Amino acid sequence: MTHLIGTWIAAGLTLAIFSFLYKDNPMYNVAEQLYVGVSAAFAILYTWAFDVWPMLIEPMVMGRGAASTLDRWILIVPTIFGLMMLSRWIPKISWLSRWSISLTVGIAAGLGITGQIQGVLLPQIRATLVPLNNFNNILMVVGVISTLIYFYFSAVHKGIVKIGARAGVVFIMVAFGASFGYTVMARISLLIGRLNFLVTDWLHLVK
Amino acid sequence: MDIFKKISNIDRRLIYTALGLVVLIPILFKMVLPTRVSEPVQTAYDYIQNLPEGSVVMFSVDYDASSEPEIQPMLLSMLRHCFTKKHKVIMMGQWALGLPLGELAMAAVAPQFDAKYGTDYVNLGYRPGQRAQMVGLGREFRDFFKVDYRNTPVDDLPLMKGVHNYNNIDLLVGLEAGNSGDEWIQFAGARYGLKIIIGATGVIAPDMFHYMQAKQIQGLIGGLQGAAEYEVLVKKPGTGVAGMVAQSWAHLLLLGFILLGNLGYFVAKRRKN
Amino acid sequence: MKKSIPLAITLITGVIIVVTFFIPHQPLGSMQQRLLIWYSIVLGFTLLLGIDSLLRSNITKIVRRQQNWGYAIVLLAGFIFTMVAGIYTFFTTNSLLTLGSSFMFVYTYFIIPLQATMFALLAFFIASSAYRAFRARTLEATLLLVTAAIVMLGRVPVGARIWSQFPVIQDWIMEIPQMAAKRGIFIGIALGTIAMSLRVILGLERNYLS
Repeated sequence: MTHLIGTWIAAGLTLAIFSFLYKDNPMYNVAEQLYVGVSAAFAILYTWAFDVWPMLIEPMVMGRGAASTLDRWILIVPTIFGLMMLSRWIPKISWLSRWSISLTVGIAAGLGITGQIQGVLLPQIRATLVPLNNFNNILMVVGVISTLIYFYFSAVHKGIVKIGARAGVVFIMVAFGASFGYTVMARISLLIGRLNFLVTDWLHLVK
Repeated sequence: MDIFKKISNIDRRLIYTALGLVVLIPILFKMVLPTRVSEPVQTAYDYIQNLPEGSVVMFSVDYDASSEPEIQPMLLSMLRHCFTKKHKVIMMGQWALGLPLGELAMAAVAPQFDAKYGTDYVNLGYRPGQRAQMVGLGREFRDFFKVDYRNTPVDDLPLMKGVHNYNNIDLLVGLEAGNSGDEWIQFAGARYGLKIIIGATGVIAPDMFHYMQAKQIQGLIGGLQGAAEYEVLVKKPGTGVAGMVAQSWAHLLLLGFILLGNLGYFVAKRRKN
Repeated sequence: MKKSIPLAITLITGVIIVVTFFIPHQPLGSMQQRLLIWYSIVLGFTLLLGIDSLLRSNITKIVRRQQNWGYAIVLLAGFIFTMVAGIYTFFTTNSLLTLGSSFMFVYTYFIIPLQATMFALLAFFIASSAYRAFRARTLEATLLLVTAAIVMLGRVPVGARIWSQFPVIQDWIMEIPQMAAKRGIFIGIALGTIAMSLRVILGLERNYLS
């Protein structure tokens, strides 16, 4: 019974959103506002269930799973930083949130440097150093170098730089065309999913 | 009105109707076409196939309902594959709104293989932090996941007894709809040498090929087509294979419209000149 | 103090993270691990930031009977309904993801259709806009169009039926020229990210403090 009611609700909401294709209308607006409200509640519930409860309340307040007293009570520090983040709600003390933001930004920046060098720059350059003994390898190396030349705006694009940049444009257009093709595939897949739900799960036209 | 002007000014609602019909008809009549398996998907399948029985495979559910039609079939097929090979499965996620999808997939597949929670599979849940968490897990899982998604202490789960960090994980399968795939590769793959297979939406799959060529990932499953290919490999066709005819017709329709638009444009341009 | 302490925090945390990459031993290793856990905890609170302004603005709309205040009631109703379902589920089953629970009911029959259909609309918009705007006006645009067409045909089974080489050419395009261009782009992004991260750590970039 719950499944039946739920399926009809889901179908109704699906059709309400699809009605936007004809024109903007109250049904679509109701569905849209419902989505925003439900998502906002999700954010709070998730923060509680997957962050505050298991990482703060249980180890710090209830003392479960903390390896030592230091590990337990040092969690006051991120609790304070987390609450300082919420100080943005109160304009008079919103400057406190800068401390929390700077903590997260500093850590993210530090990870960004090491991650990009070790995870992208070095492996990708290494993978580009291939023997130029076949057409594909030559094309790949030319493609990487010419793309980098195109995006190098510190030098004026004339002479040899212009030739490199023009070659880069060719590769970039191929890449964007391929991305467009894949994006179309992705969006059509979403439509297939929704229509499949309507005819299979809701109307039972397909078993 | 001139025919060429008409074909370059088709009403958008006609386009919407045509698209809706070409997608609906193949679904209604359950049309199927043979699916060719591509090399990146075959490589992913072979990697899981060749893992020793009982290997620990971690799934990261990094997508939500907006990518569900593309990636959920991948997840279902790969879970079937893992349970067939008697691999142990750990599920977690970087996208809060995606985790229920992982749980729904697990609930659909695990009973078919008599897989038991805690022994054969575990769902750790979600923690915010993304890249910080990825680096932290390389040292100790319990620093972030003291409890699983049911708030059961992780030490009470038999599967997790020998799992402390990436050294105890044989493969990570990242099911990606955003940038978490890049971060898994940078932080877990590059830093800790974790083997990774990526299942990606069609939007980000093109951005994964350079990782494949650099051997930073062991396989790539892209979009609904990739999901269909994996379903063919595990010999359990599902919504992936079922959607490929609709996908085909929609692509042909779109290309047809683009052709018409260009035809009208060029004829109008020539007349103007 | 309002800016100097945050800048110092950024510098210290950034330096610890970078140095620990090279010296992962104690005490830096556990110091980094602690910072990463704190990052995870603090980031969770960030999710809540937008909620306050959202709820406040909608409650104001209802109280003052502003334009479209009826929709604000729908928003708040959805919010309260989900909160009640989630709180009930969490405190009766100790988890949000319990199958068959009221929270999973809301997720399965509200979130999935709403979110999925919102994005499914894009299929129609992409079709319409591709028809109207995708013109082979220049050589570059033609190249983009031809590549897109080959990839779109090569990715689906019907492409192989039209011409058996479509999938082969599509595979080649993705693995060689497309991959090469994306590699160049991602190397460029990596260089930019490294430069920006260094500037942030050293306090040269301060936009995040405003």
